[in-house]
Amino acid sequence: MGLKMQGQHHLVAVSLNEQQQQMESKRKYTWYIPRTNQGKYLILWIIVFGYAAIHVYRCIDAGHQERIQEGLVSMCDQRARMLQDQFSVCVNHVHALAVLVSTFHYYKNPSVIDQDTFAEYTARTAFERPLLSGVAYAQRVMNSERVDFESQHGGTIRTMANKEPSPHRDEYAPVIFSQETVSYLNLLDMMSGEEDRENILRARSTGKAVLTSPFKLLGSHHLGVVLTIPVYKSKLPPNASVRDRIEATAGYLGGAFDVESLVENLLGQLAGNQEIIVKVYDVTNASDPLIMYGRQTQEGDPTRVHVSSLDFGDPFRKHEMTCRYLHEAPISLTASITAVFGYVIVILVGYMFYTGTIHIVQVEDDFDTMQNLKVRAEAADVAKSQFLATVSHEIRTPMNGILGMLALLLDTDLSSTQRDYAQTAQACGRALITLINEVLDRAKIEAGKLELEALPFDLRSILDDVLSLFSEKSRNKGIELAVLVSDKVPQIVMGDPGRFRQVITNLVGNSVKFTEQGHIFVQVHLAEHSKAVQDSKPETCMNGRSNGHQWKTLSGREVADDQNSWDKFKHLISDEEFMFDGNNSQNVNLMVSVEDTGIGIPLHAQKLVFMPFMQADSSTSRHYGGTGIGLSISKCLVELMGGQISFVSRPQIGSTFSFTAKFTRCEKNTVTDPKRTPYDDLPTSFNGLKATVVDTKPVRAAVTKYHLKRLGVLVEVVNSIKTASGQPDMILVEKDVWLSGDNFDNPFNNIRVNGHALKQPKVILLATNVTGGELDKAKAAGFSDTLVMKPLRASMVAACLQQVLGTGKAEQGKGMANGSVYLRGLLCGKKILVVDDNLVNRRVAAGALKKFGAEVECAESGKAALELLQIPHGFDACFMDIQMPEMDGFEATRRIRMMEREINEQQTSGSTDGCCDNRATEWHLPILAMTADVIQATFEECQKSGMDGYVSKPFQEENLYQEVAKFFESKPATDC
Amino acid sequence: MAAVSQLQRQFIEYTTSLYNEGYLDDQYTQLQKLQDESNPDFVVEVVSLFFEDSEKLLNNLATALQQKIVDYKQVDSHVHQFKGSSSSIGAQRVTNVCIHFRNFCEEKNLDGCLRCLQQLKHEYIQVRNKLEGLFRLEQQILQAGGSVPMMESICTSASTMSSSGKLSA
Repeated sequence: MGLKMQGQHHLVAVSLNEQQQQMESKRKYTWYIPRTNQGKYLILWIIVFGYAAIHVYRCIDAGHQERIQEGLVSMCDQRARMLQDQFSVCVNHVHALAVLVSTFHYYKNPSVIDQDTFAEYTARTAFERPLLSGVAYAQRVMNSERVDFESQHGGTIRTMANKEPSPHRDEYAPVIFSQETVSYLNLLDMMSGEEDRENILRARSTGKAVLTSPFKLLGSHHLGVVLTIPVYKSKLPPNASVRDRIEATAGYLGGAFDVESLVENLLGQLAGNQEIIVKVYDVTNASDPLIMYGRQTQEGDPTRVHVSSLDFGDPFRKHEMTCRYLHEAPISLTASITAVFGYVIVILVGYMFYTGTIHIVQVEDDFDTMQNLKVRAEAADVAKSQFLATVSHEIRTPMNGILGMLALLLDTDLSSTQRDYAQTAQACGRALITLINEVLDRAKIEAGKLELEALPFDLRSILDDVLSLFSEKSRNKGIELAVLVSDKVPQIVMGDPGRFRQVITNLVGNSVKFTEQGHIFVQVHLAEHSKAVQDSKPETCMNGRSNGHQWKTLSGREVADDQNSWDKFKHLISDEEFMFDGNNSQNVNLMVSVEDTGIGIPLHAQKLVFMPFMQADSSTSRHYGGTGIGLSISKCLVELMGGQISFVSRPQIGSTFSFTAKFTRCEKNTVTDPKRTPYDDLPTSFNGLKATVVDTKPVRAAVTKYHLKRLGVLVEVVNSIKTASGQPDMILVEKDVWLSGDNFDNPFNNIRVNGHALKQPKVILLATNVTGGELDKAKAAGFSDTLVMKPLRASMVAACLQQVLGTGKAEQGKGMANGSVYLRGLLCGKKILVVDDNLVNRRVAAGALKKFGAEVECAESGKAALELLQIPHGFDACFMDIQMPEMDGFEATRRIRMMEREINEQQTSGSTDGCCDNRATEWHLPILAMTADVIQATFEECQKSGMDGYVSKPFQEENLYQEVAKFFESKPATDC
Repeated sequence: MAAVSQLQRQFIEYTTSLYNEGYLDDQYTQLQKLQDESNPDFVVEVVSLFFEDSEKLLNNLATALQQKIVDYKQVDSHVHQFKGSSSSIGAQRVTNVCIHFRNFCEEKNLDGCLRCLQQLKHEYIQVRNKLEGLFRLEQQILQAGGSVPMMESICTSASTMSSSGKLSA
């Protein structure tokens, strides 16, 4: 309740706070929340409500106690009343006896009552007086009358104490009639007993029934009182004086009350007897109450007492009844439960407040911390941007140098292969620059500040560039990577080539990353065309399967998007005229799709694909690397290009990403920049040549056809070589077709039969990857011409064709030279020392280096090498074996370096007189270790001992080139 | 002509089997590449050097292992030599035995070393016979007027392409 409201307040307060803090970045808190000492507040709360709970308990308990007290009072009063009633009934009856005696003993003369009559009457009416143990009548006898009386009754008056004949007194009260139960009282003088005498005197003077104080009754152990009623000789007026009464007194009727039995019987009849303790006191003397009933020791509950006064009809005597509960009243359950429960609730509420407060404080603290962190993160972000700007500038400067040099290199006279290499290097360099720019632009994209350029560009060559970026990777994985651009797409479009390239690069890069086998296929079509085909052929879309086990895709594997089926594809690439309304419009809407047969995207992750920094799961990024920002950038870019990006993906089958982009048509005359003309880098010498492509997979054949078409080659696609017609200039055969087809063991013979020997077509093998065995088989089958590794690119195909067709004769030697052209350039004319104790190794190393044009000298030990390297020497480099007897490579190197240092120091000291060339002549011979086991420790040791690097033994071209390039790169390759 | 082509085919098959059975590896191909007009007998020369060297080393090893107190350091250096030269000509199986041999040397396991020596001898003799056979075939082809088919000519273009790919990547 209260807590909830508080919570809402808190939320509001926090959101307000947030705004305020954003406004003034100052710390503000909800004011009604204690920031510290919440524990103390909690304890205070608990204590206060503890008192409150006790108070509540008391209030409720008071009512309870009152009810208990009331119960006691009513029970006590009831008992008192009943006792009184019974008592007065007895008294009345004794009264009646008194009346009987006076009537029949005194008023009748002679008396009609004698002892027997009285005894019988009283015995028969004893049930009327259950409380009286017995009644007796004592006659008033004056001393003067004593003798008469004694003679009349035939006995002497005796005292009560010892039953001896009474001494002389003024007056006597001998019992003349007695109930049988008290017949021992006969002729006892009642006046001789102290209690009785008093009673008799009081009774005759008041004319009423009087009671003695309690005493032990004769013949019984019970406490009792004696009731005495005067009997008068004559009827007295109601206002008779005391004297009259004494005069008229004839005798006294007495009875003993057994109070104890009386009360016992009485209480026995009542309910709740067990609960209370009843005591009856005679309180005539208030300071010394005499107990009449009840045991002195039995105490009961001392806290609650009720006293009821009793009136037994004797005004002189005062009696009262005290009642107590036997047991202490039980604790009130209701009160305690109410109090305890209430208290518990209050404590819980307090605790909730307490935790709530702590939570609020913590959240506010966290918020504050985060605010600080945010400020710091923002600062870091600014720093990062500055860092990126600086670093990218630093990278761009040397990269521009590289690109410039490459451009200069391209202007020199280069062979087509060299040109291709240089162009590739240039393209890659450009791509790197672009990537750096893209990193910077990411911020712009996020801020929505990115603007697209509008430049004319050839998207086919861009796609070729992208493919060349990934060619190595795809080849290593054995994935077929291919691109196909529809003929209907214009050569040149206006748009942002960089952004377009970025998107394609990203998509292809992802595909390459996540695909282990199969293919990656990039297609570009006109969006309208693609849509029209898709709409017109909906019923065939599901028929992507061909012969039941093969899919008509690039690599024959199933792909995620059935829409890209061969049926549709056939229509897209067919030459039939496609009419659409926008044919003449300025806009070119392209539909680009990148299809792969990779691991696909898990269904649960498909929604997140375009979110920045999201990958399918963390294990993906561990396994494949990457940040996952690429697709989100691509999405932004595609949207900027006026298109949409979407994908279809099936786990374990593959993904197909497709996007549309809007470009504008480019007028021919706007292409004034010669560098941007599309065929600038594609030779035109193949125009009009005829080629036959042998391929059973239509999609793949279409890709090959597309590339050849770009070179101006006329292409015919056949399923097997036997069905080829006409006279092609070249035959391109897919590796798997060739491997599987029995009809292809000897293509030369077939062709020779068909055509003239002069115009023998060149056979070119197309392959994604080649294993050694296959290579041997190719060789065995007589494939001496060439083998083109995929992915196909127009420029590469051109280079290959040039080699095959143009320079057929000098092919073998030149091919060898081409393979190691860089090394040759680097090593040509260099004098190199090879140090190895192993003769065979030495010979092989020397042979290899000689091959690349170097001049080689050998030494068989470290010592020999040291001798040869005495300064001055003419060596440009030294290859040193590490493990040699006597002096190992490290030691030899150390000594050589020592030697060099000495000479250098001498030179420096000698050059103080003004020689300025000493820098150029400083000795430092590049020493490379030759080692069979390339492990890190060795490498570190190489560097420690002053070596400049290491090459693996036996030489590997790549590795050798990399190492050698470090020293010789600045020196231009001399011709040799 | 037919005889030549038959010989050529036989040569190719023989070479292929040598590669497939692991007697030779890529290094032998590299070696072949180094042979050209200016250096026509390069392979034969290097291989004969290897034979001489190997026989010397095998003798040394046998002597060293017969000593009462075997100097494992010396044995190891011999084996190292052997390993170096065999890997230089691409005699893969010999190289592999050498690697095992060196492990035993490190453990100073005489039994293992002796076993390895036998194995080494065996492998060496095998590879020598194979190579001699190969050279004989070559001679026959040359005598018959044919040219020795180059195993590598076929992939010249491939290697060109792949190196271009590597450099561009």
